[in-house]
Amino acid sequence: MSAITTDAPVGQGKKRWSFRQAGTRFWSWVWFLLGAIYFLVPLYATLRHSLRMERDVIGFKAYVRAFEDNDFWETFLLSNGLAVATIICSVILIVPTAYWIRLRLPQARRIAEFITLLPFVIPAIILVFGLIRTYSAPIDIPFTGIELLKPLTTTKFGTYALITAGYMVLAMPYMYRSVDTGMRVVDIRTLTEAAQSLGAGWFAIITQVILPNVRSALLSGALLTFAIVVGEVTLAAFLGVDAFGPYLFLIGQHRAYEPAALSFVTFLMTWFAMGMIQFVTGGQGQAAGAH
Amino acid sequence: MAQTSMSLPRVKEPSNLKNWFGVTPFFLFAILFIVLPSLYLVEGSFFNAEGRFTFQNYLDLFTTPLIVEAYKLSIQISAATAIGGGVFGFLLAYAITVGGLPRQLRSALITFSGVASNFAGVPLAFAFIATLGRRGFVTLQLLEQFGIDLYKSGFDLYTFWGLTAIYMFFQFPLMVLVMVPALDGLKKEWREAAENLGATYFQYWTRIAMPILLPSILGSMILLFGNAFGAYATAYALTGGRLGIITIQIGAQIRGDVLHNPGLGYAMAMGMVIIMAVSLAGYSWLQKVSERWLR
Repeated sequence: MSAITTDAPVGQGKKRWSFRQAGTRFWSWVWFLLGAIYFLVPLYATLRHSLRMERDVIGFKAYVRAFEDNDFWETFLLSNGLAVATIICSVILIVPTAYWIRLRLPQARRIAEFITLLPFVIPAIILVFGLIRTYSAPIDIPFTGIELLKPLTTTKFGTYALITAGYMVLAMPYMYRSVDTGMRVVDIRTLTEAAQSLGAGWFAIITQVILPNVRSALLSGALLTFAIVVGEVTLAAFLGVDAFGPYLFLIGQHRAYEPAALSFVTFLMTWFAMGMIQFVTGGQGQAAGAH
Repeated sequence: MAQTSMSLPRVKEPSNLKNWFGVTPFFLFAILFIVLPSLYLVEGSFFNAEGRFTFQNYLDLFTTPLIVEAYKLSIQISAATAIGGGVFGFLLAYAITVGGLPRQLRSALITFSGVASNFAGVPLAFAFIATLGRRGFVTLQLLEQFGIDLYKSGFDLYTFWGLTAIYMFFQFPLMVLVMVPALDGLKKEWREAAENLGATYFQYWTRIAMPILLPSILGSMILLFGNAFGAYATAYALTGGRLGIITIQIGAQIRGDVLHNPGLGYAMAMGMVIIMAVSLAGYSWLQKVSERWLR
């Protein structure tokens, strides 16, 4: 009996809060459903349109037609390859940098943050303008005339390298922001000290301690990078890379039903890819963030 | 030490110089692929068609109707979708983090948000033509079920409101993706402390959570503004260049010097960079404010 009375104030407090939260939950459902409608209706409309290539028949003719095209496969695989390359290179470049700045070099924080926001000041259309102007001519060592770098845009590999670098730039604000936020939430200093006292080297610390602890942030960053790269059309079109974006734009000019079919397929396949990323990272990426 | 570390790393602390080596690859990348290309454009904007140094290109930005209109339209669309998408995206992020929705919905929405942002560009334009175009699904349903003729009531997918509706599709999912980590950063202890001190849920939000989150929210909205302002492919795929937002005009300039003055084209690009830079200044200030709490 006495135990119950001492518990009572706490119980009351919980009651009041959970009552408030019931109202919160109602609105949460409202927002969620509105969001779901905004997401799903355009997708449903696209699917519906793509199934009506033949008059008065629901069928997959538009899909068959679209898949028969060899260019579809080539461009689509290329775009996915570029996206993966961009994500891997971005992680290698950004995670150690963000970690190092937080741990050892706080005075570089301002300037690094400034740099990661530059791509945000320079949109894709302007970036590609500048990249073409810079890398379509050979780069010399100043005052010597010794050729340091051949024009990147003249070779296929050079162009791929250039567009991957461009995509890394486009993804940088999102990637850095999300990695940095992730490191802000977990206490990397304590983690590092703990790992060091157990005898771990820098490589082991970054790959086995820091990376798993920011995996939720990395996942968000990777999702965003994927979001930016697959189907990206500006850089690809102006650099002359036969990626999926320009291809889709092209058939959109000439066909009525195949573009809808491909739009829907893109959606499904990327959804699958995103699901895979989440699965690989343990499916509970947010647990690390919530700490 | 804080003052000396920037200016005299070499003399005072030899280990500090070593620390800077750790970030060299990052800075090198930035110089090669961001700074250098930008400088090439800046350089070009100060030369006229005859190759002489001039400021005229920048003055012409304000007197060329095509360019003025393009800037105006771009700013309007970006602001509308940043505010709308920002508010709605925050509410959604709130709903799936602390709003008490089942956890499965959370990962579903995050995944979906990634896919939805991916849907920007050409496929997105196609999807909305199938939805809100003249023969689109929603357009026809509204007409058949409710007798509402969208296009007679002033809506047109190929104008301001149409593009705004389309941009919203990638704007609010982006807001969800960037706000979820911030909302996760709210510590349970703060909430428990507030609860134990007798605060109501409303008080907790207005006095504790919101002040902590607000800089983050505004910063993310600026992110959205830039996201819309720099968007090119969606508008191009939708209208084929008829809706003259600034990126479309720049694209036309890259393809074939429609202004008949390359320097003016570079200046037009720089004008865009300047607008983005002003919002960046606002963003970094907000970031500093946000740092105080969410370390």
